[in-house]
Order: sequence, then C-alpha cells, then structure tokens
Amino acid sequence: MSIAMGHALWRYRGFVLGSVKREFQSRYRNSLLGAAWTVLQPLAMITVYTVVFSELMRTRLPGVNDPFAYSIYLCSGLLTWGLFAEIVQRCQTVFLDNGNMIKKLSFPRICLPTIVIANALVNFAITFSVFVAFLLLTRHFPGWVFFTAIPVLIFQVMFAAGMGIIVGVLNVFFRDVGQFISILLQFWFWFTPIVYSSTTLPAAVRPWINVNPMAPFMAAYQGIFVNQTSPTWAALVPSAMLALMLCLLALFLFRRRSGEIVDEL
Amino acid sequence: MGDIQVSGLGKAYKRYPNQWARLKEWIAPTGKPQHQLCWVLQDVDFHLRAGEAVGIVGANGAGKSTLLKLLTGTTRPTAGRISIRGRVAALLELGMGFHPDFTGRQNAIMGGQLLGLAVEEILQLMPVIEAFAEIGEYIDQPVRTYSSGMQMRLAFSVATAWRPDVLIVDEALSVGDSYFQHKSFERIRDFRHAGTTLLIVSHDRYAIQTICDRAILLDGGRMIKEGLPVDVLDYYNAMMAERDHATVRQERLNNGRTSTISGTGEAAVADVRLLNTDGEIADTVNVGDMLELQVKVTVTAYVPRLVLGFMIKDRLGQAIYGINTHRMDKPMLNLQPGEHILYLYRFPANLGKGSYSISLSLSREDSHLGTNYEWRDNALIFHVFNTQQEDFVGSSWLNADVEITRKISGKVGADQA
Repeated sequence: MSIAMGHALWRYRGFVLGSVKREFQSRYRNSLLGAAWTVLQPLAMITVYTVVFSELMRTRLPGVNDPFAYSIYLCSGLLTWGLFAEIVQRCQTVFLDNGNMIKKLSFPRICLPTIVIANALVNFAITFSVFVAFLLLTRHFPGWVFFTAIPVLIFQVMFAAGMGIIVGVLNVFFRDVGQFISILLQFWFWFTPIVYSSTTLPAAVRPWINVNPMAPFMAAYQGIFVNQTSPTWAALVPSAMLALMLCLLALFLFRRRSGEIVDEL
Repeated sequence: MGDIQVSGLGKAYKRYPNQWARLKEWIAPTGKPQHQLCWVLQDVDFHLRAGEAVGIVGANGAGKSTLLKLLTGTTRPTAGRISIRGRVAALLELGMGFHPDFTGRQNAIMGGQLLGLAVEEILQLMPVIEAFAEIGEYIDQPVRTYSSGMQMRLAFSVATAWRPDVLIVDEALSVGDSYFQHKSFERIRDFRHAGTTLLIVSHDRYAIQTICDRAILLDGGRMIKEGLPVDVLDYYNAMMAERDHATVRQERLNNGRTSTISGTGEAAVADVRLLNTDGEIADTVNVGDMLELQVKVTVTAYVPRLVLGFMIKDRLGQAIYGINTHRMDKPMLNLQPGEHILYLYRFPANLGKGSYSISLSLSREDSHLGTNYEWRDNALIFHVFNTQQEDFVGSSWLNADVEITRKISGKVGADQA
C-alpha cells in the first residue's frame, strides 16, 4: 500500500520540492535582507539565552561550571522540540488549510503533509546550522559524537510525522482534536526536561519522566551537545518503537480516510 | 487512449446526525452504521470512445460537478466504476493554486508540477504557454498585478499546454474577452481533431452544439437523457419550463428530427404552416422571399392572457430571430374554452442558405419560464436556397450595397466603380 503512495510521491517530487522552495521564498519576499532573516532569528535567540541566563542570571547547570553550558543545554532542547512542534502543528491543519486545493484538483494527497514536513526540516536545518556555528565558535563542538544526533533526529521526525498525520486526518472529522493538541503540546513541553534539568526534579516525580516519549530524545541531544557523550541507545528504544508504530498507524489511517477527507472539507 | 467507461457510477455523502454518532461509528466499526447516505449521483452509465465529445447539461444541483470530480479523480465513487485510458486534464478551476506573490512564470511552472510534470518539460513548453496567454512582459511580474482576465488566460494556457487524452471542461470556455474565448475554443476544437476525448459541462448552448457529438442530461443525480445535443438541449429547455417535467414529450417528425413539446396545455397549437406569397406550403424558400407563418391555437381552458412567440433557429439550434406578441404589444386577453385563434406572421426570408427550424411558444408573459401553455421546438423545418441573389456566406441576408473609390497617390479623385 505504501509502495503506491511512494510512487505517487516520486512522480510529484517536482511539485513537492517546488512547493517547499516556494514557501521558503514567499516568507522573505518583499524583504530587503531576504534569507538573512532565517539566520538572524536563531542567532538572536541564542544570543539572548547566553547573555540573559549565563551572564545576567548566572544560571548554571547542576554540576557543570561552564558559562555556556546552560545556553547550549537550552538550545539543544528548544531547537529540536521546535522541529517536533512545528511538524505536529502544521500537519494538524494541513488538510484544512489546503481544503480548496483538495476539493478542486486531483493530485496525491500525501504530498501535502510531505511538503509540511520538508519545510519544517529546511527551517530546522538553517536554525541548527547557526547553533552548530555557535558551538564551533565557543569551542563546544562535540566532535564525532555530533553525528550520533542524526539517528535520534530521524526517529524524532518519524515520531512527529506519524503523530502529525494522525492528528491532521482526525482533525478534518473532529475539530476538537486540533484544539486538544495545542493544549497538549504546551503541557508536554513543560513536562519534558528542556528548560530545566531532570536532576532538579523532586525524586517522586523523576520516574514519571520516563513515561514521556519525548524525554529520551531530548536527553540524547542534551547529552551530545552539553556533555559530549553519545546517547544511551537502550533508553531510546521505546520511543523509536513508538515512532515506527505511529508512522504505520498514520499510513493506515491516511489511506483509509483520504477519500473521505475530500467529502468532509 | 482516451476511452472512458463509466458503469453504475454513484456518489453518496455520509450524513451523521451529530459528531458523537460519527465518533461512535469510528470507535466501533463493526456496530451498526450511524450515518445515512445522501446520494447526489446514481446509476450513471456511459461509454465514450476516443475522440468523442460529450456535453453534460442539467440544472444546478443535478450532479454535473460531482460527475466531473469523479472523472478527474478528485473524489472517489461510492458505487460503480470508472475506467479512463490515458492522461486526463481538467479545466475545472482555472488558476487554482496560483500564488499571488510569484511571477506568472513561476506559477506556470508550479501549475505544471501540480499536473505531475517535470520542470524541464515545462520549461520546454514555456514559449508556447507565453505565446498563447499573450500577457507579454507580465509573465515575469507577480500574479497579483494581473487583471483577472490575464490570470485566467495564463491558467488556461498552462492547463492546455499539453494535449491530454481526455479533457474535462467545466464552464471554463468563457475565459477572458471574446477574442480569447475564440482562441480557447479553437484550441479545444484542435485537441478534438487530434483525438482528445472531450467532456464539457456548460450552460452555453452554442458551445455544446458546435463541439459535441452527444449530450447527456442529468437531473437529480440521474442520467435522464442521452442523445444528439439538439434533442437533449431542447428537452432540457422544455424541462426547465416545466420543473416537474410531467408533460414534456418528444415526437419524431417525418424528416427524422425530433420535436419537443411541453406545457400545461390550456392553449395549444392546433396547426402550424409556413406559406409563400402564392399561399402554397413553403418547405423550400428562396433568399428574400416573403413568408407567412400561420399558427392556429385552440383554447381548452380559461386563459387570462395569451402570448404567441416564434423563433427561427439554424441547424445548430442557434436563435436567428424570435419575436412574440407581448413584445409586439398584441397579447390576447380573457380567452374562453373552445375559442380558436389564427395568427399570421409575415416576414421576408432574409436568411442564408441552409435549413432552419421554427419553435413556437404559448405563454402568459414575455418568457415561457413563468406560465408555459405550450412550448414546441422544431414545430416545422424549412430550407433556404439561393438562386436569385449573389452567393453570400452566413445566416443573414443583409443585401449589402457596395461603393468603391480608387485613388492614385497624389491625385485627388479618380475612377469610381
């Protein structure tokens, strides 16, 4: 079943790539600096965190006495969480936003979430390169350990894509889903050790963090960029399995309901 | 390539009493269905051979758009099946997916990609697209600076840059100004000659009659008639006047054509003849002959006001001339059952060569869409020959005069012819 879908996607690769390019271009159209803004945004973010937390508030990670450590900790979590949240949130409305096109034109519908995911990845790649540049400049680049982030990232994107497509399809039929997900994402963010460190949590709460499938991903990034250690793969297995399951469920749901989506819009 | 086979096609939308019922059905798919099916199209069967052109007519809500959407693959059928061989292109929503901030060229590329084409293929055809759209320098300007006509022209050029095996057109023939309309019409005709199967939905009688070999009439989601465009359109026209279409009937005339008669029948045409100046029945007339149209009307129930109209149509069903007694300010009032009225219209046959039909209408007001006592298409047929006048083209004899002045450069006044 997914072979046909893959084939359709390949046939429409021009459309998918074109749409990604077009969306990227349209964001900076009529601006003087153009794509420079994509770099300036994350640069500003990193600067603010470094200045405010490391210099002004003198926030330190427990057990680490590096002025940049907290800012790196924060960025490695925030940027990757941002990718997750962007995919889920944009997939959630992708069918509704393109309702007119779906109703009037005949093209493989799977292109739409693919475009959204690809777009989120492009944005992430830019922001993340700024972060990497920052790491290199401050001599915090983790070396070869850096590349262990790639498989983690792949599973995280699968997790986000699976969840996003499921939520996107459901949202066409039940708009409650969209509302619920926006609330859920907020709670989820604060329930994940991104801004704070899991070691600062009360002992009673700490085991519960393991229930959160996003926590192992975040912990892996933080380990790579702050402590320069490769992730403990065993801890990632449940989340990776969940990501695979979500993707399969998403494919199943999408195939089953994609015909009905047109009628419902 | 270009065959379309549609059998038992139907489309229904699921209707749930509320969202909870839908949720219940989703959670327990084996339980009893919570939805009702709302059929918008049912039992549609037809077969199109490659290169055929078919018009689809019907009132709003008859299911025309649904049928086209099913054929293009935008929606999936609930029942039956469709098989189409070859590449399908649809002119359903021109300019759909155009982004206002991008240039015409970029949008054209996107439009092509949306049709599943590679950038190289589109770039190869770009000169053709540009030339056909005739928007000049604007091709490199953002689409938001275009007039709506320019947008449509570009969209049409993109959508028809490649000759498809099947072309589906929904009311898109009225693109831009009349010049461009002609051009787009021409392109569609060329496609047809090259072997493209054509499916057109239009309210434009002219479009359907000039292009199509066949027409299909949809009403309430069902196919109620299929046949020659003229017959189907006449039937549709009569049906529109009737709404409940209980009294529409078609009679086969002895010349092989079909006469469509509809109406409530309080007043009816008892006899109709076309006579020449000698009082003989005129099947064939010469250009410029004086003609007399005699119509006998019988009244069978009280009629407060009666208007008789006649219309001459050409071979394709295009109106050449029509007038009625309302417009001539001669309505008949308070007619009692049993009355007979004889109408005599006199007019010169200032028509071009060819065959013409006369339609009659008996109504209360100017239009037969209000009260329609009788509407009779193809009430009679006559042929126009030209043995006396100079040979001319077209359907109207305007008896033009000519005066020619010839000048040799520098000299004023010269030979006159």
